[in-house]
Amino acid sequence: MAGIAFKGITKRYPDGTEAVHDVDLDIADGEFLVLVGPSGCGKSTLLRMLAGLEDISDGELCIGDEVVNTKAPKDRHIAMVFQNYALYPHLTVRENMAFPLKLAKVPKDEIDKRVNEAAQTLDLTENLDRKPANLSGGQRQRVAMGRAIVRDPKVFLLDEPLSNLDAKLRVQMRTEVARIQHRLNATTVYVTHDQTEAMTLGDRVAVMRKGVLQQVASPSVLYDSPANLFVAGFIGSPAMNFLPVTVEGGKARLALAEIDLPAEVAAKLGKAGRSLVAGIRPEHFEDAALVAEGDRHKGPTFTAQIDVVESMGSDLFVHFNTEAEGGLGGELESVGREIAPGGGSRSDQSVEIVARLNAASKVERGAEAELWFDAERVLYFDAETGENLTRRPSVEGGGEGGEGRADGGEVAGPSPAGR
Amino acid sequence: MKTQHGSEKVLWGVGSIIVVASALVPFAWIISLSFKPGDELGNGKFLPRSLTLDNYSKVFQNDSFLSALRNSLGIALIATIIGVALGAMAAYAIARLDFPGKTAILVCALAIAMFPPVSIIGSLFNVWRTLHLFDTWPGLIIPYVTFTLPLSIWALSAFFREIPWELEQAAQVDGATPFQAFRKVILPLAAPGLVTAGILAFIFAWNDFLFAISLTSTDRARTVPAALAFFTGNTQFEQPTGAIAAAAVVVTVPIIVLVLVFQRRIVAGLTAGAVKG
Repeated sequence: MAGIAFKGITKRYPDGTEAVHDVDLDIADGEFLVLVGPSGCGKSTLLRMLAGLEDISDGELCIGDEVVNTKAPKDRHIAMVFQNYALYPHLTVRENMAFPLKLAKVPKDEIDKRVNEAAQTLDLTENLDRKPANLSGGQRQRVAMGRAIVRDPKVFLLDEPLSNLDAKLRVQMRTEVARIQHRLNATTVYVTHDQTEAMTLGDRVAVMRKGVLQQVASPSVLYDSPANLFVAGFIGSPAMNFLPVTVEGGKARLALAEIDLPAEVAAKLGKAGRSLVAGIRPEHFEDAALVAEGDRHKGPTFTAQIDVVESMGSDLFVHFNTEAEGGLGGELESVGREIAPGGGSRSDQSVEIVARLNAASKVERGAEAELWFDAERVLYFDAETGENLTRRPSVEGGGEGGEGRADGGEVAGPSPAGR
Repeated sequence: MKTQHGSEKVLWGVGSIIVVASALVPFAWIISLSFKPGDELGNGKFLPRSLTLDNYSKVFQNDSFLSALRNSLGIALIATIIGVALGAMAAYAIARLDFPGKTAILVCALAIAMFPPVSIIGSLFNVWRTLHLFDTWPGLIIPYVTFTLPLSIWALSAFFREIPWELEQAAQVDGATPFQAFRKVILPLAAPGLVTAGILAFIFAWNDFLFAISLTSTDRARTVPAALAFFTGNTQFEQPTGAIAAAAVVVTVPIIVLVLVFQRRIVAGLTAGAVKG
């Protein structure tokens, strides 16, 4: 058991490109930290530096109280699950799981005991004498987990362990991973590009973009109070809607409606004097007819021409377009490209909005509908830098990490009244 | 489409028969010769009228042939083991590491493999005599290793590149030193490649005539291909054809056995199931 400290960790390749730039991050003992970001953001490189499989160009890496920059992987007391599992194909499941113990010269009875225990936990007992080639994807994944847990490692590293499984199995194994981590109580670093995995598994989630750490916070803080446009757009599914907004005299003018800003927010945005982007989560929209009487004053209603209605059973996802004069600014364009390459129907004239409505809503495709949104939950971003201007100061330090996992539950937005 | 497929098949069949026949008929003829009694040798018939094992017993009573067989086996085996061991380590480095001069090494290896041995044999003869390597086992093992090493390096580095790098990284994270990862994970997986390289090296050493005839002078280190050239008949008027044929069959058998035994290992795709799949 040990905590991990990244101090100014940088990975620079010989050609000068930086895969990871100056990452500062403290991971507490026993914490489950998820590193998330789009592909190529440096999250795997960071993990591999932690494992000792990549050299560290700059900075200091500590596991426990030891600086491990130059230590070989075998001396770091870590266990790692690889994306493609990396099972030894010439060894049986039992031998695969016993491999690290044999190398550590653990007595034979002890090896048998631990392997059998792990096999039981992972439901692999019947497959112990089979070769990896004869196992299904899910079983291979469990063998890889088994090989990692038999060692009782100080630190447990997982590099996209579920990405090769089909959707159903992935959800099942996700629960399994959470359970195992909880039982072992080992410091765990989990890399994924899937924000759902990140949100459901992590005590804290670290979002990376182009080698730079964007924000480290609990899932709820990340969701409600993202540090910038990138985090806001990356976390949440369907993604947050972004709209151009102009602020004048205490009012924010969106394409959908005009809303009054609380003085405190208006002051923050007003002095900026720059182009802004408003972010609204899909679930902060509602069918105007279904909004509770007590909530109605919180936001404006507007009419929209509905393009698509997707029913999820529990909710309706409603797509509609709204005009966006002058586009959304450079930062948002590049964020959009990174998060959903090739996708996105944004043009200079209009923006597609996704709203998540109550399943009881009667909206229909092609018809006009009267919708409402919660103005208090709207976030405002600087269109150039992407910075979230409405983030409450108390969570501003989130990007530095090290604040433990107790900082969840913060609500962002102009007023913390919530729902 | 169907007819074209048919004619294609016929062409392939005819081609294969020509190739196989041209390789096998002479060998069949040698086998036939080896069983013919002395007076039938020149009769030009494929099938011997009467079978005899005389030629074989003659060959196995011949001391120089027996010592040549011993030399051949010993020298070829040692050269193979050294060549494959060095080749595996060199190939591993080439497949996994980026170091200056990597391309140069590969190009040099290829150049050596292409190099006509006959162009160095004269000077080698003199050098070996000065170094007292002439007519010794090491005297043949060294050139065999030199000429088979490039082939091993090329074949094995291609093989190592196919093995997912994650496997040895997993081994290292699991607590293995780089050498342990190589020995316990990479080598077993590369076994088919090692066997292939080994067989090729063994065949080269086993079949070599040029070095064997030039760098030996007595039974101390003379190998079978060279020894065959020194076979004599019982009298100066008798050709040792039957004995040479029998000896030729005897030296071919180990190679055939080797290939048959290891064929399956060579073909087996051991890495199946290593990664997702």
